[in-house]
Amino acid sequence: MKPPKFDYFAPDSIESALTLIAEHGDDARYLAGGQSLVPMMNFRVAAPSALIDLNGIATLRGIKVDKNSRLHIGAMTRTREIEMDSTIASANPLLHAAAPHIAHIQIRNRGTIGGSLAHADPAAEMPGIVLACNAEINSIGPAGPRSIAAGDFFEGIYSTALQDGEMITEIVFPPWPAARCWAFQEISRREGDFAMIGIAAWFDLNETGEISAASLTAIGAGDTPLRLPAAEEILSGQPPGDVLFAEAAQAAVNELDPGSDLHASAEYRREVGGVLVERALKTALQREAPGYTA
Amino acid sequence: MTEQHHLTLTVNGRAHSCDVEPRMTLADCLRERLDLTGTHLGCEHGVCGACTIIVDGAAVRSCLMFAVQAEGAEITTVEGLADGETLSVLQQAFHDNFALQCGFCTPGFLTTAETILAENPSPTRAEVQSAISGNICRCTGYVPIIDAILEAAERRRAGKK
Repeated sequence: MKPPKFDYFAPDSIESALTLIAEHGDDARYLAGGQSLVPMMNFRVAAPSALIDLNGIATLRGIKVDKNSRLHIGAMTRTREIEMDSTIASANPLLHAAAPHIAHIQIRNRGTIGGSLAHADPAAEMPGIVLACNAEINSIGPAGPRSIAAGDFFEGIYSTALQDGEMITEIVFPPWPAARCWAFQEISRREGDFAMIGIAAWFDLNETGEISAASLTAIGAGDTPLRLPAAEEILSGQPPGDVLFAEAAQAAVNELDPGSDLHASAEYRREVGGVLVERALKTALQREAPGYTA
Repeated sequence: MTEQHHLTLTVNGRAHSCDVEPRMTLADCLRERLDLTGTHLGCEHGVCGACTIIVDGAAVRSCLMFAVQAEGAEITTVEGLADGETLSVLQQAFHDNFALQCGFCTPGFLTTAETILAENPSPTRAEVQSAISGNICRCTGYVPIIDAILEAAERRRAGKK
C-alpha cells in the first residue's frame, strides 16, 4: 500500500525542527530512520499530517566517549554505524554485540538508535540494551531539554515518556568496566526477525570473586523491555557458577509473565527465557578474561 | 493539497530531476518517474528485500524511504550493475549458478550482494548467509544464491571482470 498525503519538512537544526513541530500541531511527527514509521504509514496504521525529517540535522549524529568514560550516541546515529564502530566495541560491548541482531543490513543502514527507542517495540533490542545498561535518554521538547532514565522511559507497547513535540537527542551510557562479564542472547524465527524472547546480561566481580553488581533484562517478554529483579537478587553477592546460574534462571522463569502470539506461546517464552538467562550468564563468565572481543 | 518537491538525484551515473509528492516512496519514484522498473516492490513494508537499492554506498529498502529524502543522493539500481550488454561479475555468477528462477527477488539480492562484496571481498559462507537474511526468495532455496555470491567474490579476487 501507499502512505496517505502529508507535508514534508527537512530542517537542518534542532531549533527549526522544534519550531516546525509546534507549527504543525498534534498530527505532525518526527521522522528518524523511517524503518518503523514508514511501514506503518504504508499500511496506513499511522497517518501523520506532516513529517519533520531529522536526517539532515548533523548535531543529532555521532559517537563519542567523554572524559568520565561515558558513551554518548547521537539519536540519529544509524544502527549499522553502531554495529561497525570500534569505539563502541570497547565502550559498550553488550550494545555492540546486540546491534547485528537488529533486523537486516538494509534496515540497519537506515534505522537509528533514537528512532528505535521512540518507537519502543517491546521485542526490539535497542530498548532492552539501554534498560540493561541504566542509560540516560536526553531529549528536547517545547518544555526544554531533559534527561530521562531508561527505567522511566518505556511506559507500554509503543509508548514512552516522550511528550508531544519532544525528540530524543542523545543516549548516554554509564562507563563500562573493562573486566565486566556480559552476554546477549535471543531466539527469533529467522535471523533479523524480532526476538520471540531475548536476554541481555552483565555482572561485575569484586576483588574476592563475588558478583558485586548484576543486570538481567528480557525483551519480547512483556509490554516493555523488563529487568528481572528476582534473578538479579539471586546473583548479588555470590560467587558465579553453574549452580547459582541455574537458580537465577529458575527465578527468571518464575518472574517472567510473557504473552502468547502467533510466533510463540507464553509457556514457550517463559521456558526459553530461563534457558537464555542460564546460557547468557555462562557465556558472560567465559568472557571474564580481559581483552576478550566478541 | 500537499506541495510538490523538486528532486535532483543521480541514478546509475545519470543526473535526474523530477517533481514528487512527499508521500511518493523512492521505489515508486524510480519505477514510475524514472522508468527504472528493475527495482521490484514486494511487501512495501521492509520485509521482503525485493526493492533493495544502493544509496550513497549502502543497501537500503527503497520502499521505506521517501523520494524527497533522496535529494542529492547517488543511487545504484539493478540497471546500473551491467556494463552495457556485459553482465557484472556478480550477475554472471548468478547466471552460471542458476541463482534465479522467476527473477522477482533478483534485483534486491544483486544490490545487497554488491554492497556485501564491496565491504568484505572475502566473505565466509556464514557471512553471506547472514548478509542476505533480509532478502526473501521463494524459488531457489537460497543455496544457488549463496554459491553465486561466493563464486563472484572468488572471481573478483582473481581479477576476472
